[in-house]
Amino acid sequence: MPITVPAYGKEAAGRLASMADMTADDGALRRFLHGLPGVDAVGLQARAATLGTRSIKTTAKAYAIDLAISMIDLTTLEGADTPGKVRALCAKALLPDPTDRTAPRVAAVCVYPDMVATAKEALGGSGIQVASVATAFPAGRVALPVKLADTRDAVAAGADEIDMVIDRGAFLSGRYMAVFEEIKAVKEACVRAGGTSQSETGGGSAAHLKVIFETGELQTYDNVRRASWLAMLAGADFIKTSTGKVAVNATPPVTLLMLEAVRDFHESTGVQVGVKPAGGIRTTKDAVKYLVMVNETLGERWLTADWFRFGASSLLNDLLMQRQKLSTGRYSGPDYVTVD
Amino acid sequence: MAFAYAPAPESRAVVDLAPSYGLFIDGEFAEGAGGELRKTVSPATEEVLAEYTQATADDVDRAVRAARKAFGTWSALPGAERAKYLFRIARIIQERSRELAVLETLDNGKPIRESRDADLPLVAAHFFYYAGWADKLDHAGYGADPRPLGVAGQVIPWNFPLLMLAWKIAPALATGNTVVLKPAETTPLSALFFADICRQAGLPKGVVNILTGDGTTGAALVAHPDVNKIAFTGSTEVGKAIARTVAGTDKRVTLELGGKAANIVYDDAPLDQAVEGIVNGIFFNQGHVCCAGSRLLVQESVAEELLASLKRRMGTLRVGDPLDKNTDIGAVNSAEQLARITALADAGEAEGAERWAPACELPTTGYWFAPTLFTGVTQAHRIAREEIFGPVLSVLTFRTPAEAVEKANNTPYGLSAGIWTEKGSRMLWTASKLRAGIVWSNTFNKFDPASPFGGYKESGYGREGGRHGLAAYLAGAEGPTSERGARDGERDR
Repeated sequence: MPITVPAYGKEAAGRLASMADMTADDGALRRFLHGLPGVDAVGLQARAATLGTRSIKTTAKAYAIDLAISMIDLTTLEGADTPGKVRALCAKALLPDPTDRTAPRVAAVCVYPDMVATAKEALGGSGIQVASVATAFPAGRVALPVKLADTRDAVAAGADEIDMVIDRGAFLSGRYMAVFEEIKAVKEACVRAGGTSQSETGGGSAAHLKVIFETGELQTYDNVRRASWLAMLAGADFIKTSTGKVAVNATPPVTLLMLEAVRDFHESTGVQVGVKPAGGIRTTKDAVKYLVMVNETLGERWLTADWFRFGASSLLNDLLMQRQKLSTGRYSGPDYVTVD
Repeated sequence: MAFAYAPAPESRAVVDLAPSYGLFIDGEFAEGAGGELRKTVSPATEEVLAEYTQATADDVDRAVRAARKAFGTWSALPGAERAKYLFRIARIIQERSRELAVLETLDNGKPIRESRDADLPLVAAHFFYYAGWADKLDHAGYGADPRPLGVAGQVIPWNFPLLMLAWKIAPALATGNTVVLKPAETTPLSALFFADICRQAGLPKGVVNILTGDGTTGAALVAHPDVNKIAFTGSTEVGKAIARTVAGTDKRVTLELGGKAANIVYDDAPLDQAVEGIVNGIFFNQGHVCCAGSRLLVQESVAEELLASLKRRMGTLRVGDPLDKNTDIGAVNSAEQLARITALADAGEAEGAERWAPACELPTTGYWFAPTLFTGVTQAHRIAREEIFGPVLSVLTFRTPAEAVEKANNTPYGLSAGIWTEKGSRMLWTASKLRAGIVWSNTFNKFDPASPFGGYKESGYGREGGRHGLAAYLAGAEGPTSERGARDGERDR
């Protein structure tokens, strides 16, 4: 297996170049994606369900809860977002549990592009990342120049991470190359003025790119596997399930499938890509199931906020309540965590 | 710090074990005529769980007479009345499922995840399913008012003690027969708990009788002149002995014996799911499964990729305490079975196949065997021909579909097979060519009470489960002649 390099590192481009044959033209890309092994839906769902029966107790549970908190992209993506709301969320991100300062911080705060500056200011040099959705999130139904302007705007405002949406219309109509080129263009737009696109450090001069598939719209597992490879070949740093804005968001089988795609991609190229399930993950129990899937599919290397994230808003409070219960032996309820 | 799962043991407190158990005859627990007691141990710890009674020929006679006496009234009950008892038994099994799952895991060594999520739900489902048939026998396709056979002598194995009991007792009772059942000598406990469930359900005395003991008890039951029907699940060797014993009598027999199933993976298979299916096919229940997918036949063009995936996946299997809810592979059922697995695996190595097992720490007490894979296996190797009945997979390769079918069928057995392909036409073609009683496609070890189960060739005859399973317990429904006809037809394929 090739030596592991992070998707955002400068060596990743060279590795992707070695796969250039597969992305040389529309026909080559289509043949490659359609040549990937099929997915048997029943088997995939059964595997995800079996992993969901793992019993995570005591020390393992405490570890999993803290790990899950540290992987959260604390999210507010509403038309009604205001600077006040975003600042409150940032305060929560910095100090999730005011009654217990040992609780870890979340990984990032995720907002719309116009709120990036506010979030950046509120989080200061805390190390918590500011993630911004972009490319006309959530539908992505605008022209490419508008998507790129949207991205550049968020990056210029200080976003550390960009969560783009793919053009599902293009993907479903089989125009894979259009999707591929668009991801590449957005990756270029993630470069901060004066920086390079392949910075080595997390907080460097290019924002990290998460590519959202909206798996609830792609519908089939075969599509999800193809989209995963397509995005990774185009340079995605993370692949992400959903916007949280459609009826079906992250599910365990879809996430498992994406983890398997990341595993296979890593095995053939050495490039490490992250995974972010988003939408619908609300309870500690759910979060732990996802961590079990990561543990048993990708292993320890992925069990950090650098390579796995939860896109969630209400999950954090449930994790904090379970954390309080583990440390005190009592369940104090929702009035003992902050609502922001 | 790594994500290490803390121990998550299921509590043993739900199981209340007596120090010793008698025989269940005519609705009562009674001492055996011989007075001999045997011990049953937990294969995971070698701890003695309880003592049970070695039934003698006299006990067999008492039990058969009790069953004969009960047969008259039981068979005369309207089907709907028999159904009520079966539904009641099914519900009690569901209510007591945690207790029974823990008991099964203690006595058998299988992981609690399997006894809880596979065995017990299937046991209850089987009783529910045949309860539904009891008042519909007129419409089962065996003529109007089909009649039961009488007293059924049933001998079951140790790999799925309670599930095999359900497969035997549920259809027998639904059709109006009464039974004398002998559980395996290493796993008698769940059958004895089932006897208690029969009492709890108010089942009339003598309809179900449970005799514990070793092979001599089973032999006495099979040879008893007043038994009308023998149903056996177990080894081919014992199955042949039973067939010899009943030859020349008018006893009806169904035998569900060994297997050496081929699990065929074509190059267009859904590989990740195929790997899961291979793992489930051979490592489910420590490979103590007659229909286990013990021969992996993989198309050469994907063999390397598939084996790499399979090895990686085997590295994540958790072997250890069967009561831990996160255990994937439990203990081998007995020292005897462990010796057999060890001997065959050693023979595989000696004959030149390449042995591989993931690094895994095995407990120091109890009977354990690491999940093991052999590559470079040919049809001539013993591990490709003989049933190992353990967590040992033999990997062979093929080049074309015709070669896959030829190799798959090249075995004295014919119980089950698996086909992995995304192409429907190839799947159907292969299934039609395989000489196996059960063919799974893109799945493996999938059981359902509505689906008939049984083998070809040395894997036995007769079917259990589904509408077909009724025939084994109904007079005139399935004579030896029709059976031979079916097998002649098979030879033409």
